Amino acid sequence: MSSEADPIDGGRRHFLLVATTVTGIAGAALTAVPFLASWRPSARAQALGAPVEADISKLEPGAVLKVNWRGQAIYIVRRTPEMLATLSSPEVKSNLRDPDSEESAQPDYAKNDVRSLKPEILVLVGVCTHLGCAPLDRFAPKDVELGANWPGGFYCPCHGSKFDLAGRVFKDVPAPLNLPVPPYRFLNDNVVQIGTDAEVA
Amino acid sequence: MSVTLENSGARKSSWMTSLVDWIDQRFPMTRFIKEHATEYYAPKNFNFWYYFGSLALVVLVIQIVTGIFLTMNYKPSAAEAFASVEYIMRDVEWGWLIRYMHSTGASAFFIVVYLHMFRGLMYGSYKNPRELVWIFGMLIYLCLMAEAFFGYLLPWGNMSYWGAQVIVSLFGAIPGIGESLVEWIRGDYYISDITLNRFFALHVIALPLALVFLVIAHIFALHEVGSNNPDGIEIKKLKGPDGHPVDGIPFHPYYTVKDLVGFIVFAAAFACVVFFAPEMGGYFLEHANFEPANPLQTPEHIAPVWYFTPFYAILRAVPNKLLGVVLMGLAVLAFVFLPWLDRSKVKSIRYRGWLFKTFLFAFAISFLALGFLGLQPATPVYTNAARIFAVIYFAFFILMPWYTRVDKTKPVPDRVTYHAH
Amino acid sequence: MLIDKKMASVKMAAQKKTLLALFGAALVSLAMPLSGFAASAGVQLQPANNDVSNTASLQRGARNFVNYCLGCHSAKYVRYNRLAKDLGLTEAQVMENLMFTGERPHDTMKITMPPLDAERWFGRTPPDLSLMARARGTDYIYTFLKSFYLDPSRPNGTNNLVLPMTSMPHVLWELQGYQEAEYEGRSDAEGNAVHKEFKGFKIAQKGSMTPEEFDQFVRDTVNFLDYIAEPMQLERRNLGLRVLGFLLVFFLFAYFLKKEYWKDVK
Repeated sequence: MSSEADPIDGGRRHFLLVATTVTGIAGAALTAVPFLASWRPSARAQALGAPVEADISKLEPGAVLKVNWRGQAIYIVRRTPEMLATLSSPEVKSNLRDPDSEESAQPDYAKNDVRSLKPEILVLVGVCTHLGCAPLDRFAPKDVELGANWPGGFYCPCHGSKFDLAGRVFKDVPAPLNLPVPPYRFLNDNVVQIGTDAEVA
Repeated sequence: MSVTLENSGARKSSWMTSLVDWIDQRFPMTRFIKEHATEYYAPKNFNFWYYFGSLALVVLVIQIVTGIFLTMNYKPSAAEAFASVEYIMRDVEWGWLIRYMHSTGASAFFIVVYLHMFRGLMYGSYKNPRELVWIFGMLIYLCLMAEAFFGYLLPWGNMSYWGAQVIVSLFGAIPGIGESLVEWIRGDYYISDITLNRFFALHVIALPLALVFLVIAHIFALHEVGSNNPDGIEIKKLKGPDGHPVDGIPFHPYYTVKDLVGFIVFAAAFACVVFFAPEMGGYFLEHANFEPANPLQTPEHIAPVWYFTPFYAILRAVPNKLLGVVLMGLAVLAFVFLPWLDRSKVKSIRYRGWLFKTFLFAFAISFLALGFLGLQPATPVYTNAARIFAVIYFAFFILMPWYTRVDKTKPVPDRVTYHAH
Repeated sequence: MLIDKKMASVKMAAQKKTLLALFGAALVSLAMPLSGFAASAGVQLQPANNDVSNTASLQRGARNFVNYCLGCHSAKYVRYNRLAKDLGLTEAQVMENLMFTGERPHDTMKITMPPLDAERWFGRTPPDLSLMARARGTDYIYTFLKSFYLDPSRPNGTNNLVLPMTSMPHVLWELQGYQEAEYEGRSDAEGNAVHKEFKGFKIAQKGSMTPEEFDQFVRDTVNFLDYIAEPMQLERRNLGLRVLGFLLVFFLFAYFLKKEYWKDVK
């Protein structure tokens, strides 16, 4: 057809073609946004995932309290002085993969030797960083199963990953990182709120 | 056009060409694109009325995509359905937009399809050789009505509930099996959770599947025989030295760019409803449907959604339940027989005589009037008016063999009417 | 029992096999005491003239709603934190002014009254108000709230012109006071069968608000109900303008592209 036509203004045609195509693609992309965004946690999901509070007044030294936050088990442990002592022992530290929690997930206020706001209270997400199993608490040292030099900590039954009493991962196990610390704060001495960051001066 | 295409063709890298070759040896991709787009020759004289075919396809896509996203949050149970719609409207991010697009899309579908069908009536698009195109189209329309009906129950509002109650009751008019048929459709002794659950299954999978299949059949049948046009002239009869119809132009790019313009105008109208009047004054989303289904309380004023009201008015105009249902069914099915009822030598209204024009005009008016009357309360005046319009409606079909034969037609030219811009 | 009636009427319709009877079933259920909408048809509704973009009015309306409605009516699809965001309040302000103790910001506006008690006290469960403005319209609620009048024949001493025989008491009497309905007698040609026609209201006992203040009070409350019925309505209109703006640009490009290509067609 073009052979019989007047000389075609190829430049104008090309410009309009590109402009229309680009606008069309932009429009399609903008239209896709609401559909993709509708997959984000809804207001109800956010309501159900709101911060939870745990009363730790009855939590005995050396015991663990498990609470559910956003479908994950949160472990709260009241650590004894003996347990805290193992954290700084050079023997334990030399066997850790990430002793200073450089690569692991925790709020800044828990990025310390004890991985917590208050040394005696440990708050962890009980989800193994390997494939998501729930690690068991094996707080007693020299465990029959885990060997004579086991300092006490967490043991994942699925693939044998081991963590110390601050949730730090040992070397030579499948889990790559320390157990995450969720955002949390103390509403008072007896109540921990999980899901809200502490305000650290 | 070919200038740009040739240029870009020359710039195509060799790996692209070999990829296309590789695919073409295994799948008819290029052949398919040629047959249905770049070398599908459509008459060059399409007018305004020819936008609605591609627009119907656009609305189908809107309904399928928004529908898929709605099912992600909708709960098809009597206890949860209503609340889950409000959950979509309030708690799901952008859920309101997706839901309004779907509810507006339902009405838009019928607007577009009714205009598309009216185009067929004006230009004789149902006539030989396009009978199958027309029949596939009618099947699409029937599926669409069923799809809309099943979908209307899902929000589980009070109008949903009573609308389903009344329409399902229509099947009770069938002598002998009526009552047990109604029970079978509901799966319960009233419109219940069980009914909602099966309507959901039909709405989200069975009918959309049938619709997609029928749309493909409709388009394949059309592309086999070629498109009709406002002159009703078969462009294939007159081919140029290149073997293509002299009055035909490749669908792509000419009609793709033209339909794109039509689509944008449609999208603007669609957006006006979605963003500024999603209820459309109670016609697209009915007020009574913002109250949950209540089996003890019928809404004050019960009428189907506007797209069913022409047929509903016919139903109400007949003072006998069985006959009313039968006539309502015939009012829908009558379209199927058009290819054989029309005895005219010409297709398009442009070359027909005053008889056909009058009948078609009267038919269009009665369709609109019945649509209006179906929305009104059944007062004696309205019911009598509905009877008159129903008679005109059926006269259009019943008398067609007569008036199309005796009508004086004008001679049809060889070439289509087209003035270059 | 109501179900039995309903079933009976539906069955009857099937037997008679006439269309009128089929719709008679609908009429029977209309006549049931629960439905009052039909009766309102004769009343001239007053325009609410509310404005959902008026945040101050919405804030007052929210306070009115919590103080006077939320005791019996829930708004179970509305979350407090959404309210805070849309009404320009902080969560702390909402918690302090609009919420009961023990509720959390992401909770919805529920009531503590058990539904069975409600049914015993009022004869029916007070409806949830989340969507009332969409179901009945703002003018309806506005007029309804202003149309309670003294009627000793009713158990709670008041009746409503818009929704006659309503089981809802005149909750706002302290603000509006009590009013009496005045009727004009009409007689037919033979001079009997008096047809009463509503003429107007007359204040019988003053409330703490002037009529103007009370109108504003009701308007704010209706405005809030309008907002909760469709909380995204402002956002919706706003986005609509931008979508239309985009489509205009798209249209211009596409239109000239079409013109350009169609130069080929002779």
